[in-house]
Amino acid sequence: MGEMEQLRKEADALKDQITAARKAVQDTTLEEAAAGVAVVGRVQMKTRKTLRGHLAKIYAMHWATDSKLCVSASQDGKLIVWDSITTNKVNAIPLKSSWVMTCAYAPSGNLVACGGLDNMCSIYNLKGKDGNVKVMRELAAHTGYLSCCRFISDTEIITSSGDCTCILWDIETGTQKTSFAGHQGDCMSLAVSPDFSYFISGACDFTAKLWDIRDGNCRQTFAGHESDINAIGFFPNGQAVITGSDDATCKLYDLRADQELITYQDSSIMCGVTSLAPSLSGRLILAGYDDFNVNIWDSLKAERVGALAGHDNRVSCIGVSADGMACCTGSWDSFLKIWN
Amino acid sequence: MLIYTTPPKTNRIREARFECSCSKTAMSSKTQSSSSMAQARRTVQQLRIEASIERVKVSKASSDLMRYCGEHAKNDPLLMGIPASENPFKDKKPCTVL
Repeated sequence: MGEMEQLRKEADALKDQITAARKAVQDTTLEEAAAGVAVVGRVQMKTRKTLRGHLAKIYAMHWATDSKLCVSASQDGKLIVWDSITTNKVNAIPLKSSWVMTCAYAPSGNLVACGGLDNMCSIYNLKGKDGNVKVMRELAAHTGYLSCCRFISDTEIITSSGDCTCILWDIETGTQKTSFAGHQGDCMSLAVSPDFSYFISGACDFTAKLWDIRDGNCRQTFAGHESDINAIGFFPNGQAVITGSDDATCKLYDLRADQELITYQDSSIMCGVTSLAPSLSGRLILAGYDDFNVNIWDSLKAERVGALAGHDNRVSCIGVSADGMACCTGSWDSFLKIWN
Repeated sequence: MLIYTTPPKTNRIREARFECSCSKTAMSSKTQSSSSMAQARRTVQQLRIEASIERVKVSKASSDLMRYCGEHAKNDPLLMGIPASENPFKDKKPCTVL
């Protein structure tokens, strides 16, 4: 038997082994286990603030860890840092490339990052000596668009790209530390675990992958979606992953059981999920859709318990602040809204 | 059944990619077969890693998720609701002293 044939047989055997091992621990379902839990009552939130100032579609937003400031990126070519309570613009940063698709706030609050069709991740120092916000680094190596970026610290950032890879960068030297290859389609989104040791990526190959940040290995791959995964997030305890897809569903995968536990879907929802964020306890999942709405799901019962309606175009991004007090949505209608 | 009324992904990404992408260099059949061999070896190597992990029972995973939700529910503002006086985002109406 040729080596190619041998490898193919071994791959098939290993896939069967994984399927069997997952089945072997499937002694119940989350639905059965949570049967005795009451569904959360109707969740009603109001728009408390509208952040106006962008002149074109908003593609991304990210809260600062102080739960007050947030950064948004728009294809008007600006990154804006907002004080979400006063609605004041703290910084309005003009970008070299207006085709921005993602932005991130460093946990320290000192840096923000963005990137998009320029294939680069640009890092900006908000706390420069003379008070001006300048580009600190331009991280270039991806051969496709930058879809998402998330800081580990002021010295490290992870990016995901349309070139199907993710990269861990050393910001100080501007070089790649680790490349994470394995996805067979554009990487669309990433999220870092609460303890900063893992990250997850969602891609256009319909899978989510869990990566070990230090050794660069993919530990687990989660399939099941029937279309591109656009959004991904960690459940707050770091032990489960939530994905949102163009197949109109969100799914919860448990990392330790290595399988999907539940799907959030409704026959009346036929459009793709663009973004998602869990509430502080994980009991609620807020998901933005192409039909201009946000649906709020009871994560344990997979029932829709509320909706946020208020945008006049696609909700492209969503984030819950670190203290859980507010949810921010960003839209192609050029506005951000703060809800609670 | 999935019904898409518009193409599932924003066309702007795909249009821009076609504009800036480089065409794949033509590969000789020899390099093609050795690179697919390397790919096959990598696939098997990756599957070995994924097959070897320890798995926890779904009953335990589920109960841990439920317990986490239960323990943190009372501190989840979006779940519990926020009293107006404690909501930094709610506009405070001015008080009139009568």
